[in-house]
Amino acid sequence: MRPDLQELFRMEKLPHIWCPGCGHGIIMRAIAEAIKESGIDMDKTVIVSGIGCSSRAPGYMNFDTCHTIHGRALAFATGIKLANPELNVFVITGDGDATAIGGNHFIHAARRNIDLNVILFNNNIYGMTGGQYSPLTPTGSKATTSPYGNVERNFDIPTLAIAAGASYVGRGTAYHDKLLKDLIIAGINNKGFSLIEAISMCPTSFGRRNKLGNAAKMLELQKTAAINVKAAQKLPPEKLEGKFLIGELHNKPAPEFTEEYDKLIAKLRKEAEQ
Amino acid sequence: MTVNKARLIQGNQACAEGAIAAGVTFFAGYPITPSTEIAEIMSEELPKIGGKFIQMEDEIGSMACILGASLTGKKVLTASSGPGISLKQEAIGYASMAEIPCVIVNVQRLGPSTGGPTSTAQGDIMQARWGTHGDHPIIALCPATVKECFDLTVKAVNFAEKFRTPVYVLLDEIIGHMREKVILPNKEDIEIVDRKRPSTKPGDYKPYRTDESLIPEMADYGTGYKWHVTGLHHDETGFPTTKPALVEKLMNRLMSKLDKYKEEILLWQEESTDDAEVLIVAYGSTARSALDAVEKLREAGIKVGLFRPITIWPFPEEALARLAANVKGVIVPEMNYGQLYLEVERICKDKCKTSGLFKANSEPITPDEIIAKVREVL
Repeated sequence: MRPDLQELFRMEKLPHIWCPGCGHGIIMRAIAEAIKESGIDMDKTVIVSGIGCSSRAPGYMNFDTCHTIHGRALAFATGIKLANPELNVFVITGDGDATAIGGNHFIHAARRNIDLNVILFNNNIYGMTGGQYSPLTPTGSKATTSPYGNVERNFDIPTLAIAAGASYVGRGTAYHDKLLKDLIIAGINNKGFSLIEAISMCPTSFGRRNKLGNAAKMLELQKTAAINVKAAQKLPPEKLEGKFLIGELHNKPAPEFTEEYDKLIAKLRKEAEQ
Repeated sequence: MTVNKARLIQGNQACAEGAIAAGVTFFAGYPITPSTEIAEIMSEELPKIGGKFIQMEDEIGSMACILGASLTGKKVLTASSGPGISLKQEAIGYASMAEIPCVIVNVQRLGPSTGGPTSTAQGDIMQARWGTHGDHPIIALCPATVKECFDLTVKAVNFAEKFRTPVYVLLDEIIGHMREKVILPNKEDIEIVDRKRPSTKPGDYKPYRTDESLIPEMADYGTGYKWHVTGLHHDETGFPTTKPALVEKLMNRLMSKLDKYKEEILLWQEESTDDAEVLIVAYGSTARSALDAVEKLREAGIKVGLFRPITIWPFPEEALARLAANVKGVIVPEMNYGQLYLEVERICKDKCKTSGLFKANSEPITPDEIIAKVREVL
């Protein structure tokens, strides 16, 4: 590990528990780099997670960290941020944690535009429980609970977040880790709800069952299937077939919830004085 | 808020005011009958004192939200009823496991399921004890008057902070919506307890290390302690462990930490018990009917007394056992099909006859019904 990043980790807790070839380690490092480069006060930074593979990341990171219950990371984080708006609050969550069991909190945290930096590790599967399909498992893909191919349709996370009211939305991948880091920094700088989808890979529970090859092959898939949103604007629709967009997908500042609440407190104080 | 004039207020309002008097500055909730007034009052009062109110998207979220706020050092409250309390159970277990102070007001309504939203009941007694999965410590306090709603909410906040455990305030719909004249105490007369903060520097801090108090010191998030909170079994550093010896050490401490403070936690009221031949064990609004029955029966020359557990969990077992040894029978009227009766029967069955008077049809148990039961037992 880069020596300058070591203070951001609980080095004694490493190596992590993720399977060989898992993309989560790359994403965790991108988060650490983003925090480091952004220059935010690490004593005033809290990392919250739910349950699942990605949600084990905070345990390795040297901050106030909270490994909560399945799906509720955003609700805990809402309490932390509202109770003490001085804190920089990050949420690490997975596709199942955030968009299935935690879907309600996801849309409402976005709607409030509360200043949370959410990094959603999307590996298209429930990895911790051995590979069941999630709301991000593509239609037709195999999982232990979709042995004949997934019958359901899947979410598009950025579209969901934008529709719900997130003020900053981006998507990176484990392959595009520099872009991912830059998007996380932009999210930190956004005063409001920032959602960064980080496309990961799960060779163990998703890739193997869907014959996508080893971790290197899956990384290469991310490279070939992703198109930067700026480049995509110049391409005809047929060239975008089967591709997904990466980069800054939405940046529309809006009133932030905890600031608005503090304004209310100030207003009531002023009225009481008069 | 004026606190020392005589006022006519509701039990739910007394809970809200008690919470604020105890130092609660954070409330998250979700609308549900018959507890909604507590959220409404908190939404009006908290921002006036620099506190925070949030109406979350659901009951689970409001429970999780107050736990997050508690981790930053705030005193926190949520309130709900029936289905809402069922939904909160997983996060209540997390609070027991991670030892996050919090208070839950449950204004009981008639269940199961949607049941009777505006109907009174005492059907959540066992849920309060065992609602979340796994063995865990819990405290539940049960007021019978509006004034007691205030006092016990203050106490609940103090217990939560001192013992780092979730604490229930168990009202029933009658107590929550009943209005009584109360004179609330002056601010300076209210005892306030704060959680123990770390006595060590961040580098030496072990968040779940305890001394003989069995209660670990708790750092506020954002103060440099950089500690880890998890619902997994953990060692004294706060990080997960699956080693049986360490899991057992944690569980033994969690399951015994309240025993150490029984004298402080266990509260009850005795009325006319000295020469009683029959003892009524009642709590919440049912205890009001029971008290009336005791007075009427005494006028008729029948020696009957009342034992009212104020702390329902842990149950004041020794106090009841002492009384049970000197009576012919114990009667438990309650607005359910016999929940606290199970506990009373366990404690008293070798000492005297036990019987229950159960009613769960949305109407309160009347003094006359209790009187008839006492005559039947005699």
